[in-house]
This record gives sequence, structure tokens and C-alpha cells, in this order.
Amino acid sequence: MAMVFQKPKALTDAVLHYCPGCTHGIVHRLVAEAIDELGIEGRTIGIAPVGCSVMAYDYFRCDMIEASHGRAPAVATGVKRSMPDSVVFTYQGDGDLASIGLCETVSTACRGENVTIIFINNAIYGMTGGQMAPTSLIGQVTQTSPYGRDPKTQGMPIRICELLASLDAPAYLERVAVNSVAHVRQAKKAILKAFRNQVEGKGFSLVEVLSTCPTNWGLTPEKACQFVEEKMIPFYPLGNFKDRG
Amino acid sequence: MTYETIMAGFGGQGLLFSGKVLAHAALIEGRELSWLPSYGPEMRGGTCNCSVIVSDEPVGSPIIAHPNVLMVMNEPSIDKFEPAVAAGGTVFVDSSLISRKVARDDVEAVYIPATEMAKDMGAAGLANMILLGAIVRRTGCVKSETVTQALKEVISARKADLLGLNLKAVELGEKYIEEHGQ
Amino acid sequence: MSEKVLMKGNEAIAEAAIRCGCRHYFGYPITPQTEIAAYMSKRMPKIGGTFLQAESEIAAINMVYGCAATGRRAMTSSSSPGISLKAEGMSYLAGADLPALIVNVQRGGPGLGGIQPSQSDYFFMTRGPGHGDFHIIVLAPATVQEMADMTRLAFELGEKYRMPAMLLADGTMGQMMEPVVLPGDTVDPETIPATKPWATTGTQMKRPHNIVNSLYLKPDELEKTNFERFERYARLEKEECRWEEYLMDDAEVCVVSVGITARVAKNAIVAARKEGIKVGMIRPITLYPFPKAALAAAAKKVKAFLTVELNMGQMNEDVRLAVECSRKVAMCNRVGGMIPSADEVLEAIRKEAK
Repeated sequence: MAMVFQKPKALTDAVLHYCPGCTHGIVHRLVAEAIDELGIEGRTIGIAPVGCSVMAYDYFRCDMIEASHGRAPAVATGVKRSMPDSVVFTYQGDGDLASIGLCETVSTACRGENVTIIFINNAIYGMTGGQMAPTSLIGQVTQTSPYGRDPKTQGMPIRICELLASLDAPAYLERVAVNSVAHVRQAKKAILKAFRNQVEGKGFSLVEVLSTCPTNWGLTPEKACQFVEEKMIPFYPLGNFKDRG
Repeated sequence: MTYETIMAGFGGQGLLFSGKVLAHAALIEGRELSWLPSYGPEMRGGTCNCSVIVSDEPVGSPIIAHPNVLMVMNEPSIDKFEPAVAAGGTVFVDSSLISRKVARDDVEAVYIPATEMAKDMGAAGLANMILLGAIVRRTGCVKSETVTQALKEVISARKADLLGLNLKAVELGEKYIEEHGQ
Repeated sequence: MSEKVLMKGNEAIAEAAIRCGCRHYFGYPITPQTEIAAYMSKRMPKIGGTFLQAESEIAAINMVYGCAATGRRAMTSSSSPGISLKAEGMSYLAGADLPALIVNVQRGGPGLGGIQPSQSDYFFMTRGPGHGDFHIIVLAPATVQEMADMTRLAFELGEKYRMPAMLLADGTMGQMMEPVVLPGDTVDPETIPATKPWATTGTQMKRPHNIVNSLYLKPDELEKTNFERFERYARLEKEECRWEEYLMDDAEVCVVSVGITARVAKNAIVAARKEGIKVGMIRPITLYPFPKAALAAAAKKVKAFLTVELNMGQMNEDVRLAVECSRKVAMCNRVGGMIPSADEVLEAIRKEAK
């Protein structure tokens, strides 16, 4: 019988703990497919964050390190500097990368560290139950912005790709989404490229993935995908922000 | 014999360096020693001192409470450290920079116009080494030859052109003691 | 190899680390330990090592975490305020059972404090250098020679017990120069990761994946890791306590002191002995584990203890615990960067000898 679809080899058999409709599963798969396609699993070391994907270390078959909140890029730097031939990636959410770990994010990008960063932006803190994220949209209701995010007191959402694009060192910055088949296909290309860049020694690559959080957004998975299309993409335009190809 | 030397003055006068040369000379002689700098937020100006202990016994505390050799290169330093000098100790004063005399009568005082002498030899920054030469000649804390050797080892290749001047400055200090019989 | 060289304590640590196979240093400038970073920045590029000036102490300790996870001998150094920032990282290192070297050249606090010598991080380092229930090995050098020797010891003990190890010095120890015989350059850094089968060096598709982690969401599992860790600590305490005894044979007063104050105290003890006072010293070398047994044994012979320290009595408390308050434990202390003079210590000794 012909095999038409299977789990990527770089994923373990562990059952994902993510909520129904959450797009973490899709992004995990895209990362694993990139690792498979490049044949780098044996020399890949992944860094898991603090947030919903904290247990990503159970899902990827490569060696994994669990970092403290926001510090994954620093941990990745430590790994990469000690094993320059390894392939090192971090997988971080918006609170981890764009709030508590912003300093590490910017500094690692600024050094042009030859690592790959997968940045999941779903505009909310998922694991702690739906608090405002640095990327929460204006007016977005969360547990800690119950009247909607007010720019006067809670500031404006942060656009990470645009911020990092002002730096000289990064090699590749791209924003993608996983709310439709077409977008997933584009996301796959970007993630593959971000890994390939590292293998080819091109330097710091970051892919921002606009993702969903149906549970904390209070939307069905389908409506959550629409929210990405109608609310997030207008504020966070998809596309390439830097490519030193 | 244990020589407990404090060299004190302003930052930038080369006090840590002259202390380092003394310490290095002691190392070459296989003596016991310690070198301890004061350290502060300023890189230049401000008060600065270092403590060098040279001994034939293992050094206990590197902190000197009662120096038996004191080298001073500004007024605040003589005011601060003169009272602490051990009875019978010797105070080496750069008389170009300090106008007052040592007030105590239970310590020896040696006055050397080191800064003027250094200017005369065309290296105003080497008053510290003139004073070091005087200390070595007067106290015998280390041998003159080992100071020469220490300078050769301590002065980096990058600044090798300064070696001759430093050696000359030490020699001037030694000669001053010989000629003035202080 | 046995040649004596003249070095600052901070430089001796750096050179000794390199000779012990450390090729990865991550740090951030802070007085009075910056010579370590400066030294590493000169040496590492010449020997194929890594010197990285991190964006913060937090980043530096996390770089150490990543590097240590790959089985390398990794280190960072800082001074008190910077060590506060490293507390999170030390907790994670401990939680993931990673060996690494952290150097703390202490200055006065709290807050920004000052830049002069202090021993006021004693509690912080020996009791709880971060959140959670854990210890790090804490070594207290008192000579530049010990700065070098204990760098090696810290790497070795850390690896043997799979835990972070700290050199806890004070500003004086870091800044002073003394003759030092550096350790032989005998450790091949390439051979170290192979001794650590748990390291995340890449599976090479030859083994199941390794995970370096401190997260255990199931309470019974987390409890188990804590119990296991404390069994290791018990072994450490049994086998690795180190201290120096000085003139303790007939001592009636026992000075307890570490680092620079132990050296000041030694001068005072020599002077007191000349006055006929029977005084000696126990100088703890490991602060965690604390040499409780040595102090308990001394308590059977002496009539009083006197701690000499640069804090408000932090080690004094450990001595009281060790001797179970069976003897008076007096104190002679200065803080804020001040150091007691030998005369002050002598006066305190005289008082306890009466």
C-alpha cells in the first residue's frame, strides 16, 4: 500500500498536549519537516521556551534543552558557540521572545548569531490562561486587559520583524501565518529557509508565525483562523523583512 | 626582614606600576610578596595607592596597617599615611609636589625633587621610578640588579622604547641617595 | 610548569580555567572582577576558545547553561549585584543538574552598594542562590594560589556531583597580586563532553534524544528529583568538606574566617601568640558544604569562637549552628568595603581570651 501521508521522522510519538484548534501542532510539524528534509536531526539541538510550547522538548526527536523564560536565544548562543557545526533552533512564544526575553532576542539578532528562531505570535499568553501579550492587538480583551488593550496605559503592540529589520546583522526575517492552507505552504518555505540558512552559515534567521489561540481568544478554531486573517494580518503584515540570501 | 611599602599619590602617577616593578623584583629573588592596589571609580586623578609587602616569611595580610616604607607623591597622601608609618620607618617624599616636611621625629624622612628630576630628563611621568630607585638604594628591600631585570620583564614589547628611560630613572633615584647621603 | 608567576587573583582564575580545559567564557563587565573578562578576551581567541561579552549577566549565565548542556567546561564571573541577576540561571543549572563555574568577586551591598571588598553574599550563596531547594558548591579562596587551585577544584567537584560550583572571593582577593604556580595544561577540552553521556551534543542518530530540563509537572516526580539531589548533597558534605587549621593544637580561642579577613586574622593571631594568648584559626575552604564537623570537634577544646567577617554576621550563624551554641561565638566585623585591621582583630581576640 502506498504511503501518502505520515508524521515527520523528527517528531517523537508523544501525544501533543496542545488545545484543539491550536496551531502549535502545525508549526511543530513544519519544523520537523525542515529538519527531515535537510537531514540534520542528528546534529540539531532545540531550545524550548516557557509558555505553551514549554514541553516541546518531548515532541522533537533531536536533543532538546528547556530554557528559562525568555532566555532561549542566550542558551542557543551558548550551544552554538560550543558546537559551531550543530544546528540550533529556539521555539518561542510572544511573551517569551517579545516581552521578558526581548533583550536576548535583540542582542542575539544583533550579534548575527547563526541560529534559527521560530517565533509564535498568537497575541496572548496561553499557558497562564490568556493574559495580555506584548503583541496583543489594540482593543483586544484579555484577562489582564478586560476592557480591551488601551494604548494610553498599556502601550502599542510590538512588531518584532520590523524592529529587528532595523539591525544590520540578521540574515533573514520573515512573517508568515498558518491560518490557511496557502499560508501554511508559505510558512513551510520560510521555516525551511531559516534552517537552511543556518546550515549554510548565513547567520541569524527568524520566522514569525501568526498563530491562533482558540481557547483563550474564546473563538472556535475556524473563527480563530478568521481572526488571524481579519485582525492580525492587517496589523502584522506578512512577508519578508530581510533576506541577505 | 619584612618590607611593608605603601606608594601613594594621584591616579596617573604610575604608583601601581612602580609597585608592580618592586613586586616583580621580589618574585625574581624568590622572596615572599604581595601587591595590593587601591581601586576606585576614577581612571585618572583621584587618590591612588598600592601596598607591596616583600618578606622572607610567608605574607599574612596583604593589607598594610603600619608601613615601614612610605612613598608619597601628593599632599593628601602624606597627610593620610604619615601617622600610620611604623616607628623607625622611612618616608620618601617627592619634594617637587609636597612642600611640607614630615612632622614625626620617630621616622626617617628622605626628600627627593623627583618630579623636577624627571622633567629634566625629559620624562615627567617617571618620578615614580626615581623614587623607586631611591627606595631600593636606601632600604635594600630588593637588589638593584633585580629591579633592572624586573623592568625588562614587566615593560611590554609594545613599549620597549620606554625601557631605557625607566632604567635611567631608577638609576637617577639611586644616585640621588648616594650623592646626598640621605 | 612549576614556575612562579606574578598575577592578580582575577587573572589567576582566568588562566587556571583555561588550563583546566575551559574554552567558553560568557560575562559582563563589573568591578571588581572585570580583569577576568579582559583576560579571557585576550586569551580565548588565540586558543580557539569563546569569549563573549553578553548583553547582561542574565544572558551570560544562560549562555553558560547552553554551553554546559553540551558538556563543555563553561564559566561566567561577576560581582555581587551581577550575581543577583544570575540567580535565576543558577537555579536552572541546579534544576537541570548541570556543572558550571560561576565566580563571584564580592563587593559591598545591598543595592548598588560600593565597589570595595565584602563577604556579604555569604547567605545568598550558601543558603539559596536562587528560587527552589538547591545548593551550589561554594569555595572560598584566601590566596592567589588558591584562586587558581580552586578553579580546577570547582570544575572537578561540579562535574563529579553534577552541580554548579562557585568561587566566592572578595574584591581584595581579585585585585591583589601574589606569586602563583598555575596548574598544568593537562586537560584536553575535546575529551570532556564524552564523559557526560547526558549532554545534548546531538543524537548523531545513534541514541534516543537527551533532554536538559528542570520542569517536572508531576509533583511526585519533582519530589523525587529533589530527594535525589539532596542525597548527592549529603555525599558532598560527607566527602568534600575542606578547611585549614592554624595553631589549633592548644588553642583556647578559635578564630573562624575566610578570604581576606582570614589573612588579617592570621597577623592578629601571630601578635596574640606573642602575648601568650592561645589562639588558633579554622579557615573554612568550602562554605557549602560547611565544615561543621571540624568546628564541632574544636568546640570540645576551645572556650570561645570568634568569627572575623565582612558582613553583619552571616558566617557567625553557621558557626553557632555547627557548635550547637555550646560555646560563645563572638564576632569582629566591618562592612561596606571596610576591612578590620589586625589591631582590631587582636583586640577582639584579647577580649575572648579573658
